Amino acid sequence: MQVSRRQFFKICGAGMSGSSIALMGFSPTSALAEVRSYKLAHATETRNMCPYCSVSCGVLIYTTGDKSKNAKADIIHIEGDPDNPVNRGTLCPKGAGLLDMVKSPNRLKFPEVREPGSNEWKRISWDDALPRIAKHMKADRDANFIEKNADGVTVNRWNSFGFLASSACNNETGYITHKVLRSLGAVAFDTQARI
Amino acid sequence: MTNHWVDIKNADLIVVMGGNAAEAHPCGFKWVIEAKKDRKAKLVVVDPRFTRSAAVADYYAPIRAGADIAFLGGVVNYLLSNDKIHHDYVKSYSNASFLMNPDFKFEDGLFSGYNSEKRNYDKATWSYQLDKDGFVKVDETLQDPNCAFQLLKKHYSRYTPDLVSKVTGTPKDQFLKVCEYIAETAAPDKTMTICYALGWTQHSVGSQNIRTMAIIQTLLGNMGMAGGGIYALRGHANVQGITDMCLYSEVLPGYMSAPTDADVDRKTYLEKRTPKALRPNQMNFPQNFPKWNTSLMKAWYGNAATDKNDFCYDWLPKKDAAYDVLAIFERMHQGKINGFVCQGFNPLAAVSNKKKVGDALAKLKFLVVIDPLATDTSEFWKNHGEFNEVDASKIPTEVFRLPADCFAEDTGSFTNSGRVIQWHWKAADGPGESKGDIEIIGTLFQKLKAMYAKDGGKLPEPIMNLAWPHRIPTKPSAAELLMEISGKALGDVLDPKDKTKVLAKAGEQVAGFAQLRDDGSTSCGNWIYSGCWSQAGNLTARRDNSDPSGLGQTLMWGFAWPANRRILYNRASCDLSGKPWDSKRTVIRWTGTAWAGNDIPDMRPDAAPEEIVMPFIMNPEGVARLFAPGMADGPFPEHYEPFETPLDKNPFSPNNPKALNNPAARVYKGDMEVFGKAKDFPYVATTYRLVEHFHYWSKHVRLNAILQPEQFVEIGEELAKEKGIANGDRVKVRSNRGFIKAVAVVTKRIPTLMVDGKKVQTVGIPIHWGFKGVAKAGFITNTLTPFVGDANSQPPEFKAFLVNIEKA
Repeated sequence: MQVSRRQFFKICGAGMSGSSIALMGFSPTSALAEVRSYKLAHATETRNMCPYCSVSCGVLIYTTGDKSKNAKADIIHIEGDPDNPVNRGTLCPKGAGLLDMVKSPNRLKFPEVREPGSNEWKRISWDDALPRIAKHMKADRDANFIEKNADGVTVNRWNSFGFLASSACNNETGYITHKVLRSLGAVAFDTQARI
Repeated sequence: MTNHWVDIKNADLIVVMGGNAAEAHPCGFKWVIEAKKDRKAKLVVVDPRFTRSAAVADYYAPIRAGADIAFLGGVVNYLLSNDKIHHDYVKSYSNASFLMNPDFKFEDGLFSGYNSEKRNYDKATWSYQLDKDGFVKVDETLQDPNCAFQLLKKHYSRYTPDLVSKVTGTPKDQFLKVCEYIAETAAPDKTMTICYALGWTQHSVGSQNIRTMAIIQTLLGNMGMAGGGIYALRGHANVQGITDMCLYSEVLPGYMSAPTDADVDRKTYLEKRTPKALRPNQMNFPQNFPKWNTSLMKAWYGNAATDKNDFCYDWLPKKDAAYDVLAIFERMHQGKINGFVCQGFNPLAAVSNKKKVGDALAKLKFLVVIDPLATDTSEFWKNHGEFNEVDASKIPTEVFRLPADCFAEDTGSFTNSGRVIQWHWKAADGPGESKGDIEIIGTLFQKLKAMYAKDGGKLPEPIMNLAWPHRIPTKPSAAELLMEISGKALGDVLDPKDKTKVLAKAGEQVAGFAQLRDDGSTSCGNWIYSGCWSQAGNLTARRDNSDPSGLGQTLMWGFAWPANRRILYNRASCDLSGKPWDSKRTVIRWTGTAWAGNDIPDMRPDAAPEEIVMPFIMNPEGVARLFAPGMADGPFPEHYEPFETPLDKNPFSPNNPKALNNPAARVYKGDMEVFGKAKDFPYVATTYRLVEHFHYWSKHVRLNAILQPEQFVEIGEELAKEKGIANGDRVKVRSNRGFIKAVAVVTKRIPTLMVDGKKVQTVGIPIHWGFKGVAKAGFITNTLTPFVGDANSQPPEFKAFLVNIEKA
């Protein structure tokens, strides 16, 4: 689905500018070199969706590069997807700012930890962060896991650990998160959707 | 929602109440405009504020925040006393004729069975009269005083226009005008659509707000119709999908009620959740519960789940108490929770009573925040001046912050409010070292698994045996997961009518939930999504937007759950004989041999009309419930005041202090004590959203921060004059839990209302600010809000509470 518009724009863009310039009396051959090509003509278009409200508007994301292995894709423009039957290419003032959301200076870039009582963040690696978190979880689970309730019924729950799930993650994230949580015995979990 | 965004264009009347779609869902709201333009549909808006939805309405009526049931109960009374109902629909497709237990009573604001100490009901008398075969007794004449129709009539006869106006503050003539608009859609070929959002859910009577409208839509015969239905305009792009995946403890994926301590074994568990039909010939679709549940256990535990070990039933944690977000923070506040993860959720800003939430977080041993952005919650321990007055040195919580990819950097599916699941593709990598959410959860789980493999620990079996058929174990792909969610045949699935026919061969993706089995021969991660990735491939990625019916159904675009059905209960769009109530908007019809048309029939395809199989197939009754025995706070919605109310008694039951607020709402010790009283906090506050911002998210976004940079509150001209506040002044707004400071916007949009003989003023408070972001730092609005939720589903009461306001 990552349709490159490159050829399309090359043909149309060159054809249209060529012919209109020709109409104005310029020679196409000498003028062509001076026509600034449309930026998105060289961009890759990806179908995605606005993450804000539940209209879930279709969006087109334009990135530099053509998805070849050495090209680093960088998002340069986001607009409404005209094929989407609900939003038909439109976006609201929230959706119109999506590029600034992707590029927000407040995006997190690396794992961090704030140690107990500390007043600052400390950068750590993923290889530090996840084992430390897993260790905390295992220690708490092993210490507080309830196998049977007072009546001797098997209940296998771990309720000294809690989890709040996003409503902006995709379905697959939600599913695997749920699967992992129940396998651990977690019961104290909820979602943004509650509110 | 029962219908979908584009279907709004088929409505004759659109009511926006408990929401403000023009600002909160602008690109969906344009279908309202389309209906007005092309169908000459009317738009009616009822709201405490004259919103931008109201600005384009044909009619606007003001209402006091927290008085919606009074208003809607008044509408029910109007429809019944003026005989403006769709008779055939009500008689056949609702439980109007069902006979109730004669011991059911409603007296002085309370239903029978109330226990004031426990603040709950024994619902034994809220029940149907059954015959010897276990079917409900009916009176088709609707005259029996114990039939649901007569009880409904009696209950709402108290909701007279005068009393409604006295409670809601809506002038009587304006209330009656709205009733007239709504009543017109009782005609079989006229439909009303209702769009609501958090303005109905975020109340201590939230579920009953919606129930009242469900009663109205049933009386009018608008459910199942194109241009009808009930629209829950939801929050985030995938709030519907995450709800469907059931990331909350009450249910397993696909809304399957999760086991509790009372479900001592699998047999007990399944029996309680597999209902018997309450009327002859009904589909009673939940009777398939064991098939959905067994298929889920196969998806989770693969070969480890067999009929010999009850499909690993013991490994499912049993729930002993409530674990909704308010309950979780209450437990955390009591020191009962040690570790906590916030995945794309900013509870310090999003949950009631910020002080209590912050104090609770400070009691954790460790907190993990997984988010694309630096949320307020991730810095709950950091002093941000008066926006977050804390002392970091005294907070022992170890806090991890992990960078997650955002939508643009992720592949997977989102489900919109109209239940349409749509696939999206990754456009670029995230910044720095950020990772996708699936990879973060996957890697964390693999680490835990390795630790249990090496060192052992408590009940390692469910961890060690969790089915994980992923090519890269730390990084499952969205495609692998959606295939698991949709389901596959583990053995050959045979046609029950002809065992020589194979419906799905072993290893194939199933075509839909009809192929799921309870013997372990199928696996399916979420039965309602079953078929979204069939042998034909990923149907959520379909992009054919053709619309041959002209109704906007676009059945080849994405995949709507369940079964790609776009309008739920669509059997109800036809009369008993199978003829559409409105042939110009045919959703489905009976062709003589089958149900067919412009949607996937919500009915057994060969159920001939003479079999009398009713449209509401998810109810064992087969019909819609006017009387709903399952609700926590009453089978009929009743008006109760918000927990912070400007009134000292409930005008509907003025002599019973127990019926002032929702008697069945859960209130924790310490929270009841900090509810404010009208003598100290005389003004009604209601929180809301702006068109330029999205929750606590877009304050990190430059463009939106430029459009609405600074926190403000909105007050009417009369209140401003009374308090000497001018437009642009800085003001301090206080509740009994804290204060915020903001700029005052003095406006004509918020009217003064006359309620129970006195003037009521409203303070409007947008929610979008906090101490992290690129917008101007501001106060977290939920500093002010009360820690109490709806009695049935617990969204907090953010839409109606009390404040005071003064110049800062």
